[in-house]
Amino acid sequence: MRTYARYFLRRLGQFVFVVFVGINIVFFVTHATPVDPVEQAISSATQFGHSDPRAVEIMRKALRELYGLDGTIAQQYVRFWTRLATGDFGPSLSAFPTPVSVLIRQSLPWTVGLLLTSTLIAWGVGNSLGGLAGYYRKNRLLKAVGIAATGLQPIPSYIMSLVVLILFGYIWPILPISGGFQMNVSPDLSIPFVSSVIMHSILPVLSLVLITIGAWFVGMRSLVSNIVTEDYVVYAELAGVNRRRILTSYIMRNALTPQLTGLALSLGAIFNGAIITEFVFGYPGLGTLLVRGVNSGDYSLVLGIASISIVAVATAVFAIDLLYPLLDPRVKVE
Amino acid sequence: MLRVFRDLFRYNREFAAGTILVLIVLSLVVASFFSPYPPQDSYVVPPDVPPCWAYPLGTNSRGQDVFWQLTVAIRNSLLFGIAVAFLSRIISLVIGLVSGYTGGLVDRVLMSINDTFVVIPLFPILTLFYFMMHDHMSWTLLALAMASLGWPYDARLIRSVALSLRNREFTAQSVFSGMSTRQILLEEHLPYVLPIVFSTTMNNINWSIGLEVTLSVIGFTNIETPTIGTMIYWANQHTAMVAGIWWWVVAPVATVIMTFIGLFLLSVSVNEFIDPRSRLARMGV
Amino acid sequence: MDVALSVRGLRAYYLTSHFGVEREVRAVDDITLSVEKKEIYGIAGESSCGKSTFIRTIAAAIRPPLRVLGGSIRYSFLDRDLYDLDERALTDMRWKHLSCILQGSMNVLNPVRRVRESFKDFASPHMGLARSEFFEAVKAHLKRLRLSPTVLSAFPHELSGGMRQRVAIALATVCRPEFIIADEPTTALDVVVQKDVLALILEMQREIGSSMIFVTHDLTVHANISNRLGIMYAGRLVEEGSTRDILRDPMHPYTRHLIASLPRIGDVTPKKGLSGAPPSLADPPSGCRFHPRCPLAMDICRQAHPELTALAPGRRVACYAISPLVQPAHDAAAAHQATKADKSAAFLQ
Repeated sequence: MRTYARYFLRRLGQFVFVVFVGINIVFFVTHATPVDPVEQAISSATQFGHSDPRAVEIMRKALRELYGLDGTIAQQYVRFWTRLATGDFGPSLSAFPTPVSVLIRQSLPWTVGLLLTSTLIAWGVGNSLGGLAGYYRKNRLLKAVGIAATGLQPIPSYIMSLVVLILFGYIWPILPISGGFQMNVSPDLSIPFVSSVIMHSILPVLSLVLITIGAWFVGMRSLVSNIVTEDYVVYAELAGVNRRRILTSYIMRNALTPQLTGLALSLGAIFNGAIITEFVFGYPGLGTLLVRGVNSGDYSLVLGIASISIVAVATAVFAIDLLYPLLDPRVKVE
Repeated sequence: MLRVFRDLFRYNREFAAGTILVLIVLSLVVASFFSPYPPQDSYVVPPDVPPCWAYPLGTNSRGQDVFWQLTVAIRNSLLFGIAVAFLSRIISLVIGLVSGYTGGLVDRVLMSINDTFVVIPLFPILTLFYFMMHDHMSWTLLALAMASLGWPYDARLIRSVALSLRNREFTAQSVFSGMSTRQILLEEHLPYVLPIVFSTTMNNINWSIGLEVTLSVIGFTNIETPTIGTMIYWANQHTAMVAGIWWWVVAPVATVIMTFIGLFLLSVSVNEFIDPRSRLARMGV
Repeated sequence: MDVALSVRGLRAYYLTSHFGVEREVRAVDDITLSVEKKEIYGIAGESSCGKSTFIRTIAAAIRPPLRVLGGSIRYSFLDRDLYDLDERALTDMRWKHLSCILQGSMNVLNPVRRVRESFKDFASPHMGLARSEFFEAVKAHLKRLRLSPTVLSAFPHELSGGMRQRVAIALATVCRPEFIIADEPTTALDVVVQKDVLALILEMQREIGSSMIFVTHDLTVHANISNRLGIMYAGRLVEEGSTRDILRDPMHPYTRHLIASLPRIGDVTPKKGLSGAPPSLADPPSGCRFHPRCPLAMDICRQAHPELTALAPGRRVACYAISPLVQPAHDAAAAHQATKADKSAAFLQ
């Protein structure tokens, strides 16, 4: 138990490190560029007609304060971190005066829901099929699935979502292609609402699953075909151990741990895919919010989303890291 | 070396398929130099004409010939992808090799940084970057930004190759037999490192084109430059799908999918060929 | 029968066709031998002489590109040829009647499961005991191998190499099989542990009364454990006899060389290596495969390979130079052209 505590601390350290580096990058990007968001906002606000220079000055000061850009770099840095810690990014410019944190809090559950469902489906189904394909190499059906997976794998998130959109939006329009739920249904835990949510999430989930499943399938298949040559598998086969037991207990179980590592490493990419998919389908998650924020020049919103994304992904990776030793007894919890 | 490629082409279906797809795409790129219309001009041909003999892929709502637009678009996208892949290759090679060969504290520190970069979701950061740069955004800048964020996955792969090479017996043997470090690196190790570099380059090109398309479609890049992404952007702006001008969208999507699959097949088949275990698996089944 | 295993004319090749190149590696080429009940039959030979392939063949552990092309394998506990069994019968007989102790026993246990799971998977289906009785039996068995019952709740990586080896032996013997196949079980161990493990194997074999085929290149191990010895060279058996006879009075030039190269106390004569290299099994020399390196090679040696002939009860040699009784094998040339009938087709996985 003590060793696990040490492992926990090490992983926690890694988590803190990732968040630290990530947020620093965000800070760097926002402060090291020649464009001043305050000036930008002012120029877009004053481009129509003449403005009183004093009013502009007041606006400038207000914006500076809003964005946390007054004071020296050091002060800004500290303020940046305190804001992140309290989760307060100030009010959103495009949805003034709603605070950014409220907007994010509204969108986050949709994104998390999308991510959880699609990742579970893609990882679970992809690994199972890939494992079967790696073990039963002669099976024609599995070979065909393999070819499909290889074809799917390199396609990036946007193109896949677009293809799904075209297929189900224009060629075979049987499912809703935008929004999180139907407009005229009130958001409470009623059957019409829940079923509407499910209907609207089918296509985004399908897209995200198609985007990610290829990699899991192909990875698992090659992993399994390597494990099959391992001494303990050959020995179990020699001993006439039940084939299904070999597949689950000897092969899949051993392949699970590298695949879990793979999951942790690709969470950043899956998150990317999720917000892009959201944007394509107008799904009310962080993706749509982000694009809206950029297009309306909403600095605080974009900043907030970028920061939250980093923390969210780092947390998910941290959670997976903690699961790891429970699955592989060989992991030295040093 | 050439014989290897010839054998691969003849016996490895994936390699053959990949090569054919890539050649088709490359021929489009070459064709782009013969385009009769300057790529950035609009309204040079009647708009919204479906595919026919005069315009093999039809024309779009901006009065451009879709086929010729496509050739320039794929050329630009491909160039962009190659540029990013090239730049990030340098970073990932340096970090991967240094990490793998040196080991110890240097390795651990570099890998911690590496893993951090892997975890960080790129899209929000790039979006933020675009937001800050706005009109100052250029292709070169975007390429640099992406290269500086896209190296970690490959660096880890290269590092593991370097690690295994360092520990192999033939390395120790080479050292004992008096080969200089440079000799060892070039003659003994390079043949193992090159295939990984090749396949990661293919994957990186795919990744950067994918990201370019995504960013362009939302309008976050210079939309005047014809690329696959900007083509789709303009198509969306003119609500091409709804208006029934499907060829405007399908052409770039189909071409880019061809590119992705082609490059991917190449990278996978070369990778598989190099790994002796997978080669044996092929022979057995 | 007094014979536990009877192998006749066994032929198993690796057939590959890749990148347009066809290859036929004749790893096991016409092997005929018998193992008596309760005896330990040793097989010796250098690396890549085909011993491991032979083991796989008699254990029915064939995987493409390895294919059994001819010959028969009859165990005393089966009523028909090994490769005439269907999948079900084969699985039933595995481990209960025929078990294996393999090289690299370090890694034969599933690394993510505790040792007791391996026992449950391997042995429980055959012993038909209730769970608690089963584990009592296993613990008693472990005790005989001087292993503490706590081993059962450990993970493989928590045990030392020697312990894992003993667990592997326990695993292979717990069902009291009639036949045990051992393939270099002590090769990866240091000499002290080796002695212990060998003693354990011997003890187990005597107690259970099983017959054994013990494969190792190390003649000193054979001297300690095998009753009879068969020398393999390039996929063929070249000499066979009791261990004592072979060690004292080797006949085949290859065997003579092997024995001569064993160090003896007080012997300071320099050892000469055999000229040449072990032949490629994909393209072996014509006739007797040893002729390129043999000091006694004659014309006939190049033309047809000699039949393994009995020169005395229990003593067989395949060398023209040793005795005029040795004749060219009657199926020499025809052999390999014959049937490419794939006897192992049923076992392709």
